[in-house]
Amino acid sequence: MTNQIKRAVSLYSYQEEYFLKKMSLEDCIAAAAATGATGIEIVGEQSVPGCPKIPSEAFIEQWFGWMDKYKVTPVAHDMFLDYNKKKGHYWSDEEAVASFKKDILFAKALGFKIIRVIVNTTPQIIEKVLPFAEDHDIKLGIEVHAPWNINSAWMLRHWEVMERTGTKHFGFIPDMGGFTQRLPRVQVERMIRNGADPEIAKYVCEQHEKGVMAEYTVYEVSKMSNRRIDMAVAELSRHTPFVNPLSLVPHIDRIIHIHGKCLEMLEDYTEYSIPYNEVVAVLQKHGYNGYIATEYEGNRHIQDIYEVDSVEQVRRHQEMLKNLGCGISDFGFEPM
Amino acid sequence: MYEKYMIVPERAKKTEKGFEIGARLPYYRGVSLSMVEEIEVSLDGETLPQSDVAITVHGNTYNLEQRENETDDRWEMGEVATLSVAKAGDLSAGEHTIGLKINLRIGYMPFPSIRVFEKKVNF
Repeated sequence: MTNQIKRAVSLYSYQEEYFLKKMSLEDCIAAAAATGATGIEIVGEQSVPGCPKIPSEAFIEQWFGWMDKYKVTPVAHDMFLDYNKKKGHYWSDEEAVASFKKDILFAKALGFKIIRVIVNTTPQIIEKVLPFAEDHDIKLGIEVHAPWNINSAWMLRHWEVMERTGTKHFGFIPDMGGFTQRLPRVQVERMIRNGADPEIAKYVCEQHEKGVMAEYTVYEVSKMSNRRIDMAVAELSRHTPFVNPLSLVPHIDRIIHIHGKCLEMLEDYTEYSIPYNEVVAVLQKHGYNGYIATEYEGNRHIQDIYEVDSVEQVRRHQEMLKNLGCGISDFGFEPM
Repeated sequence: MYEKYMIVPERAKKTEKGFEIGARLPYYRGVSLSMVEEIEVSLDGETLPQSDVAITVHGNTYNLEQRENETDDRWEMGEVATLSVAKAGDLSAGEHTIGLKINLRIGYMPFPSIRVFEKKVNF
């Protein structure tokens, strides 16, 4: 069996250094390429000032120059629908579609083939924008992000649109945060620093690891404490669930891209919370052949007291993916 | 998220009408100014009226009402904006405690995104 899963990095991963202007956009692209990843993903509104306005010709030329220089390919742009952009006014479907089209043109201008569709986008809006996406050959992927999973009622409504239209331009983008087997240590420790009871936190972590349904844990904690911060720890079990990776199997042909979420990459190249070996094995066995894009998001939980090193976290995540057999053709091994 | 980077003390100074501080948006992407629901500044524990705070991003200045209606111009990721605060009476030179609360209206979040922080700032 040859392996076809490809490796990408979302520049979102370097947000701490980018925010503080310790890394430029080019630095982020260079760091991603240095891991051996071949694909680039961006949150346009993070990386490109003025997004979703089409960037200047000079910027576009520079962008493709960087892609050539670092031998990487634009893979995905992450869009948002700011339904309540104007205070007191909620967008009509027509306004949402108009905004969505701007993101499609933005993605097209920078060579992206996939748009990560923010999870609050309704199936009706996607159906309305689909012909435009098809005309521009941009694939739309609804992000399957915790607390949703691929079998949630909301995702079933999106699935219904995929089936009924038969389109090749709409699918799922699962986020690996949906496979949180242990609660993220960096997140729980931050909550303890913010005042959560360490004993309650320990109890919640144990229940989560045992696979106890979050609602039961939330109920038990409500009897132990009436403090908001303790309830927030219990609710973390609900917000970052673990679902069996086999849940992806029936949808494998509809998965167009994957967000490789990580909050804490350890020195041994494993993620503290997410059993990547199990999820990647399922994807490989069932023939997923798109990208997994590293999405490091631990910075927000440690930045209050620790120095964030996104470059090292991304490097470890990419090493892990490589060890699991993803994107190994970059190292002289050609898939048969 | 990004709370400790919100207040930029190096950019603080007294002005004819009050004072200014530098401020970063506590979020992982830039947003249109209209999505900034609240900018609340406090000085030594006293919360100042939001209508007395103007924001300047890349040379463009907006008062509260203008900000709420500005759906095009953006406060970009990591951009240090200037918050100009009108405050009667002469601010004494030296150290003051500045508090900043920023509340963002983010479409996909079911609750307001409120971030607060306090810093000692020299004027």
